[in-house]
Formats: sequence, structure tokens, C-alpha cells
Amino acid sequence: MARVLRWDVIIGLLLVAVFAGGALGSPSFATAGNLSFALGDLGEIALIALAMTMLVVAAEVDLSVASVLGLSSALVGALWDGGMAIETIIPLVVLTGALCGLVNGLLVTRLGLPSLAVTIGTLALYRGLAYVVLGDKAVARFPPQYTALAVDDVPGTFVPYPVALFVLLAVVVAVVLHATGFGRALFAIGAQEQAAFFSGIRVKRIKLLLFVFSGTVAAFAGVVFTLRYGSARADNGLGIELAVIAAVLLGGVDFDGGKGTLGGVIAGVLLIGLLRNLLMLNDVSTEIQSIVTGLLLIVSVLTPRLISLLRPVRTGTSALKGTP
Amino acid sequence: MTATTTRPEPAARDRSARSLVDLVFRARELSLVLALAALVGGTAAVNPNFLSGQGVEDILLNTAILALLAVGQSMVVITRNLDLSVGSVVGLVAFVVGDALASGWGLVPGVVLGIAIGAACGLLNGLLVSFCRVPALVVTLGTLYVFQGVCHYVAAGRQINAVNLPPALLSLGNGAVLGVPYLPLITVVIMFAIGYYLRAYPSGREFYAIGSSPEAARLAGVPVRRRVLAAYLVSGCLAGLAGVLWLARFGTVVADSANGWELLVISAVVVGGVAITGGVGSVYGAALGALLLTVIGGALVVLRVNPFWQQAITGALLLIAISVDRVLALRVARLLRRRSRHG
Amino acid sequence: MSGPPALALANVSKSFGAVRALREVSLELFAGEAHALAGENGAGKSTLVKTLAGVHRPDSGQVLLNGEPVVFHNPADAQRAGVAVIYQEPTLFPDLSVAENIFMGRQPRTSLRRIDRRAMRARSAELFARLGVTVDPEQPARGLSIADQQLVEIAKAISRDARVLIMDEPTAALSGNEVARLFSVVEALRGQGCAVLFISHRLDEIFSLCQRVTTLRDGAWIASEPVGGLTHDDLIRRMVGRELGALYPKQDTEAGEVALRVERLTREGVFTDVSFEVRRGEIVALAGLVGAGRSEVARAVFGIDRWDAGAVHVDGRPLPAASPTAAMAAGLALVPEDRRQQGLVMELSIERNIGLTGLRSLRRGLTISRAAERDRARDWAVRLRLKFAGLGDGVGVLSGGNQQKVVLAKWLATGPSVLIVDEPTRGIDVGTKAEVHRLLSELAGQGIAVLMISSDLPEVLGMADRVLVMHEGRITAEIPRAEATEESVMSAATGRAA
Repeated sequence: MARVLRWDVIIGLLLVAVFAGGALGSPSFATAGNLSFALGDLGEIALIALAMTMLVVAAEVDLSVASVLGLSSALVGALWDGGMAIETIIPLVVLTGALCGLVNGLLVTRLGLPSLAVTIGTLALYRGLAYVVLGDKAVARFPPQYTALAVDDVPGTFVPYPVALFVLLAVVVAVVLHATGFGRALFAIGAQEQAAFFSGIRVKRIKLLLFVFSGTVAAFAGVVFTLRYGSARADNGLGIELAVIAAVLLGGVDFDGGKGTLGGVIAGVLLIGLLRNLLMLNDVSTEIQSIVTGLLLIVSVLTPRLISLLRPVRTGTSALKGTP
Repeated sequence: MTATTTRPEPAARDRSARSLVDLVFRARELSLVLALAALVGGTAAVNPNFLSGQGVEDILLNTAILALLAVGQSMVVITRNLDLSVGSVVGLVAFVVGDALASGWGLVPGVVLGIAIGAACGLLNGLLVSFCRVPALVVTLGTLYVFQGVCHYVAAGRQINAVNLPPALLSLGNGAVLGVPYLPLITVVIMFAIGYYLRAYPSGREFYAIGSSPEAARLAGVPVRRRVLAAYLVSGCLAGLAGVLWLARFGTVVADSANGWELLVISAVVVGGVAITGGVGSVYGAALGALLLTVIGGALVVLRVNPFWQQAITGALLLIAISVDRVLALRVARLLRRRSRHG
Repeated sequence: MSGPPALALANVSKSFGAVRALREVSLELFAGEAHALAGENGAGKSTLVKTLAGVHRPDSGQVLLNGEPVVFHNPADAQRAGVAVIYQEPTLFPDLSVAENIFMGRQPRTSLRRIDRRAMRARSAELFARLGVTVDPEQPARGLSIADQQLVEIAKAISRDARVLIMDEPTAALSGNEVARLFSVVEALRGQGCAVLFISHRLDEIFSLCQRVTTLRDGAWIASEPVGGLTHDDLIRRMVGRELGALYPKQDTEAGEVALRVERLTREGVFTDVSFEVRRGEIVALAGLVGAGRSEVARAVFGIDRWDAGAVHVDGRPLPAASPTAAMAAGLALVPEDRRQQGLVMELSIERNIGLTGLRSLRRGLTISRAAERDRARDWAVRLRLKFAGLGDGVGVLSGGNQQKVVLAKWLATGPSVLIVDEPTRGIDVGTKAEVHRLLSELAGQGIAVLMISSDLPEVLGMADRVLVMHEGRITAEIPRAEATEESVMSAATGRAA
């Protein structure tokens, strides 16, 4: 396929088209206020998608992120209720997230279990722990100077603080993924783990790190989520792991690992966010939004495969590993 | 032809290695039964109400739907695939069939409609996975959204109430024959039928062959795509039937009633010893897994444990199940390796 | 031989990307004959087998069944036409029992079309009795030794009552006794009118079992002729197409310091008490049958697998167990057996693959220097005369020989003091093979210690200063270059000699 036709470029162009279409079709779309809202609304999904991208590139997945987010939110609520200062709560909660990630990572790397099975288990476990911590009550009395941090714009821009944070983290992840040895190792692990191991790459240690990072980011996203809504609940962020994975796959990351760009993922996240916003502005119901998300996800994975299936020369499609 | 003198006695090392492996594979169903017995016994000792007629019936009714879904799911998982969309299918079917029944459809056409919707959903999943070769997780994650969205669209914020439903349906949900409620009866019949098919029929064994080694299956001439499609179709049909049973059991249905059930179902399957990597396990194990999860939920209530612990315990159980499995498998592999030369 | 051949290929060509695996190849298999297919590694034998088996479809040319053109869309089609194949690598279902493996898709039936398990078990036992071996039909295939797996494959093929039986190196993992049994079964099948296509790298077996032989070289048909009038040398000349000397340009070098010392290394059930040394400037070959534990020793030395007892020293310093990273740091390099799974990341480009072993040394500050990455790749691509369009191209489009050069490049770029090569020329063309041999010889000349694992006996004899022979997990012989012959190595490898 020609270089111009790369999937992440297509998604980028689609993003521009949606933006242009939205601006033309709805006068309230391209306003600073709306875009700021749309971006802020994406915050947690976008943050977690950064960590998830690295995992999926390495052919692993973490389905427990939304539960870690919920656990973190519940902890913030319970500790705040218990009279602890936010300054102490945040590092504690983020550390808990790292621990959650460590458990995932150890089960995957030490026992060699598939990450899908492990994180389905911890998805239930961490969400359950969130309920154990906070029950079904909500803690809401957070001081405005903290909740403002999660909503207000960086002075002089229409960029909310969480979005600024996302941009910062995105730059870091982009550099790590595409310009460091660690990133090179991730792609090699995802594409052919055995060959990476035979090349002296510390596969297990790297995977462990990725899971810890994923847990940490998810816990931090939980703090942001809690402050943004000003409400700590155990069921916060229920099910957003699916939205995160949809965004990552839509961004052109191959679920089988080894392929993808962070630019594509960012475009994927924005595309989902803008589409949702646009549908909302046009009073399209949330149910249609979820259909659109689902269809986008399927189409995004189906299209490249159909193209490769329909290509005239079937090179190397034999699943037999033997050489000719 | 030369030397056809038979040597009926297999070497001793083969036998011991075999019994070892056998033990590990059988151990799962056995240990599930033991865990169940211990749990039931312990709980009943603390609170005898647990084993009252009503208590047992509640557990059976609650297990029936989960076990039905687990049976369908295990067929998919045995072929090394996954169906995350079952929860959404249950919700969609429950609502659509509820609407149809409320508008005067008969019970039988209603059930057929439910199964047909489930079959259509399973067909879509199966086609995308087997013929378009899209990873199962991605496909069924996508259809999870789509089916859920369609369900919300159909529901449009409404709710189906028991009063609008025909009494025949409700008696299906709560009635019994010879003291055994219909729901678990239906599940058990289907479980045995599918379990027997998978074990006794050549095409049934092919599901295991595909999950055990897709490449070897292809070389052995197994119609891989057709079997995978069939697995999804069965999972879809059973999810459709489960949707109708859900309606019959609860009477009241909102659009997102079964959201999140897919993970519960997968937990039941994995706890029941069906390997997520395919090729291993049985529908009986999966149904036992569903029973265990339900009994734990019931026991927590009876033992007055904070109900919020239930989900955490489900998750922990799933993790313990797969970890123990893995550790045992590694041990067996090491033992087999050592015996292979020193035998 | 009257009538049309049972199965035939007519002018069949098949390419994989840039690699032309088969060029206008024809082959006729008659009922009642055992026909050998000879050719070096990479000559196209496996592709031919897979074409007959319905795995590959020819790009041009025809497959003929009883003289009529047929198209096998998939392996099932070929099986229905009566073609049974024993593949080089066993293709079993690890979770299913041996009996189920044998009868998958054609289980004996009882009433209601159910599987007759008792009959299946009995017929499996019968098949193994015919082969004169004891394998428990109820045992799961997981955990079978390679030889037992191969026996299950053979039983599977025989059970098909096939009209054409294709055997791709069925004897590689078998002992002499088992081979003799297999041959008597093949003779019996042939007597019943079955056509047999037999592939083996052991020429003796070809001469004792087959009536005719077809030779392939570099994907092209060379000859089809009766075995009777041929000598070993005739056949080798047809396979190699040149004088042997040029293929094995071994220079004599002075052996220096001990670079790799392996002491009583044991991995339970895999290999036992393996001790040897490799000196700088030496090429030491590790020979033996498939499954003797050669690759496993190499994997353990390099840290891929853990060893249970023993020690490894590189340049006099002990190596920690189970750490490829530590092994690399100590100066070890391993060119692994399986190029596509272990040697290369097929989806990545040439430069990324070559850079993969030097992620630390390519770092400038925190990030990788693309210029340094490119320089490293270009430097080695030129030195190894790699044929490529661009360094950014995926390694998947390269030919087997060029892929192997990329693997060599990625390891030579680490500046190793000990180079372990596992089947360095498997599946590559003769031209590149000679280049690889020259390279190994040069590397030894530069003072690198080379440990070479090879199933290619002429390669072992042509390249090695010393030959270590393994049999069932132990080193059974150490043979200096002057005394190494096909006979001495094979007898040690099959456990016949002390």
C-alpha cells in the first residue's frame, strides 16, 4: 500500500473532515467553549489510551483500566471522607494504581497467562474493591480550588488543565514509542516476541513496566475524573475500557501487536470525541453514538484486512511457518 | 506384511504420564464440585435457611441463565475465540421480544423470534471472525456496542413491565414441573445435548482440534471457518434464548439490563476450566463455574457479608482459577519432560 | 508401470514474493513405486510436497490425478483424493489424545454417527503394533517426544489407506530399529499398489527403499531416473551441481584461547552432562539426529532456557543462567534455528532488525540515533553482500538466503567472541550457502570461536575442525576433522558406536 494510504493518515484526514463538516453544519461546534468541553470530556479516555497504545503495540491488553479508575475514585472519596488532605491522597491513590498494574504484570509475566484473561479477572476484582471501599455512596464535598483544576482552562487558552496534561504525556509517550530503544523493543515484542527475546531484549521486564504504567495512568485518570465531576463513586468510569480500546484500534494500532503510531491513536481519540460531541450537538441520542462507536471499531479493523485479502498477489498468507 | 505380533501392554511410563495428565484435566470438574460442596456445607452450617426450598430454587433460577450463556460461550472459547457481545444480545432480545409479546405475540413465536435475533447476531460475529479474519475480541467488542445501541434505540427510554407480558411467559420463568423449575431444566437439557455432541460426534471434536492447533486442524482437513461460524451461531442462539428466559424470570426489563454480563459469563467459563487459549474444557465445567459463582453470591447474602464483596470475590476466584491451572500445567510439563528420558 | 501416474505435477511453478520456490517442475508418481525426492535444503522439496498436499496452489502448471488435471483447494481436497502426507514438523493437536489425533475428521462411527471410541483405540493400537512400537492411544499428544510425535504422524498417514503416501523426512528423529520397521510397512503399502514419495537427507535410505529418484536444485527439476544405475556421488552431483570443494571453503586456522567452556550442563529430560570447549579460531560442529538435544544445548548456553545443573564460561568468566542479555554482554551471539520465529521480526525493516541487538549502543542521549541505526545496517549489509532495494524494506520480502544474512549481520554487529549458529544454511540457496560458509571460515580466521549445529552432514564434514556428536541428550563422540566421515558421525549419532 502506498505510504499516503496509511491508516493513521486516513483517520487524520477523516478527523479534519469531521471537524470541517461540524463547523459548517453546526454554528456552536467550532466555538472555544464547545471544543474545550469536548476535549475535557475526553480527558480520561485520552490519558488511558496513551498507556494502552504501548501495551497493544507490545501485543498485550489491559481491560482493568476502568476498574482501576473506579478504585482510585473510590479511594479518593473514602480518604477525603476520612479527613486526609488531597495532597496526600493523590500520591497514595496513584501508588495504588501502580500496584494494581504490578499485579496484572506479575500474573502475565511470571505465570505466562494471557493478559486478556488476567485483566478480565482484575477488572472484576478492582471494581469489586472499589465497592468494598466506598459502597454505593458518593462523596462530593470537594473544595472548589481542586475541582477547578480539573475543569478550568490553562490561563489564556481554551485548553483545560487535564488536556494540557494529556498533551505533555502524549509528547513523552510519542518520543518513547517512536524514538527510543524501549520503543523499538516494544514493536519487536509485539510483532515477534520470540525473536525479540532471542535478540537479548528483556521482554518480561518491559511488559511488567507497561502494566505498571497503565495502572498508574488509570489511577491518575481516576483522580482527574473524580475532581472533574466533583463526585467520587465506585462505579465511576464503568465500561470506558471499551472506549479506550476502540480509540486505540481506530487509531490504526494492530490488535495483534507490532504496528501502530501514537499520532494515529491521538487522531482516533479525537475522532471519537468530536463525533460524539457533534452527535450530541445535533441532538442525536446516546444510543446512536454507541452504535457509531461500535461500527467505527469494526470498520477500522475490517477495512485494512479486507484490502489485504482482496489484493491480487497473496504473498505469504500461508499460515504454515515452513520456508518455501 | 511383517511382524504383526501385538503388544497390548503399554509401557509403564506411558500409563503413569497419562494418569497424571488425566488427573489434571479431570481435577478441574472435581475440584469445582468439592469447592461447591464445601461452600454449600459451610454456609448451611452457619445458616440453615441457605438450603431451604426457596433458597435452593433461587440459586437454581439465578444459575440457569448464566449457565446457558456459559455453555454457548465455552463453545466459542474452545475454538480459541471469544464472544463479548452476549450481554448486549441478551438485553436486546429481552427488550424486543418483550415488546412483541406485549403487543400480542404468542409465546412460541416469541421464543422463536428471540432465538432468531440471537442467531443473526451470532452470524454477524461469526462471519466477521471466521471469514474476514478480524480478531474476535475486536469484533465482539464492536458488536457489543452496536447491539447495545440498537437496544437503547428500540427501548427509547421505556421499560417493559410484567403486567404487560402474557402469563404463559411468566409461568415459564417461575413455574416448575415435578418441583423442578423450568429454567434450570432447559439449561441442563441444552448443556447435556451440547456436551454430548462435543464429545461423541466427529464434528464436535473438531471444535477442540481447532482450538488446540488451528494450523494442524487446517492440515487435517477440518473446515475451520465453518466450525468457528457454528460456534458463534450457537453462542448467539443461546444468548437469544437466555434473553427470553431473562424476560420470563424478571418480567421487568430496561434497555441495559444485562450490560456487563459478558465478563461474568467469561469468568464462569474460565473458572469452569475452559482454557482461554482454546482446546481444553467442557460445557459441564463451564456450567459448574456458573453455579459456583451464583452460589458464592447467594452465600455472601446468607452469611451477611457486605454484598459489595461479591464482585471482588468473583474476580479473585477467576484469577486463582487460571493461576492454579497454569501452575499445574507447568508442573505437569516439567514432570513429563523429566520422565521422557529417565523413564 | 502402465497406465497414467497416480499423481503427477506438470510444469509447476510457485513463487513466494521474490522467491521462486519451484520453476517448471514435473514429477510422476506411479502406483506401486517408491519414488525419492532429492535435493539440498532450499531446493524446493517442501514446497513441492505442500503443492501435492493441497496447501499451496501452483502459480502455473497442473496437478494431475490419474492423468486428469485436478485442483486441490485445500488439504481436505487432497486427502479426499487419497493423498496422505507426513510433514517434516509434526502437526498434532497437543490437547487431544493420540487416537483422536490419528483419526481426526474420519473417526470410526457407531450408531447415530457417533464416534466409536473403542474401535478408535483398538485401531490405533493395531497401527502402532504394525509399526512395532508402543504408544498409548489414550495419552494426550502434549508431552510426547519428537520421535513419538513422528510415529503418530506416520500412523495417521498409514491409517488413511492412501493411494499416495508422501513422507517429508519421516526418519529424521527415528532410531535405526524404528526406521527398519517403517520401511517394512512402506514396502507392504507399495505391494498393495500405493505410490510413495520419500524425502530423506540420508542417501543410504533412498538407495535401499526407492526405485526411482527425482532431483531438484534451486527450485528447478534436474533429473528423474531409476536409482539402480546411480552412485552416491552421481546423486550428490545432481543435487549440488558443482564440485563439493567450492561449497566448503574452510581455511586452516590456529586454535587460540578457550572462548566457550561448557561443563556438565544438564537440563533434565532434555540433555545430560554436556561438556565441551570451543577455542578462538575454531569451528566446532555439533552433530546428531533431530531431537538429540543439540539446539536445546545452544538455547541453554545462550540463556533462552534455564539449565538445571552445570556451568558455562565465556572467556573464563562464568555466565549466569537464563539471561540472553547477560550472554550477549559476555560476547555470545546465537543465530537461531528458526529464522522466521526466532531470528527475525518479519514485519520490521532490515535496519530495525539489525539494530535490535544494539539498542543501547545506538543511543544518543535518550533517543535512538536514526543515522547510527542506518549506518550500522548499511555497513553490515555491504560487508555481507546483502541484496536489497532499501534498508527500510521489510525483511519478509527478502529471499531465505538474504534473510539469513540479516540475522548474521545483526549478531556480527555486536562484535561477539563466540558465535553459535544453529542450522546456518537450512532452506537457503546453494550460492548463498557457499557465502555463509566462507563467512564462517573468515570469522574463525579473525579469532571468533564458532559453534555450528547442523543436520547437513557434508556441511559438518566440510566446515568443522572438530565434530561433537550428540545422541539422546548426551555427547557420544568427539571426532577430529581428520577422522570425521559420514560413517563415523552417523554411527555415533544413532548410538551404534561407543
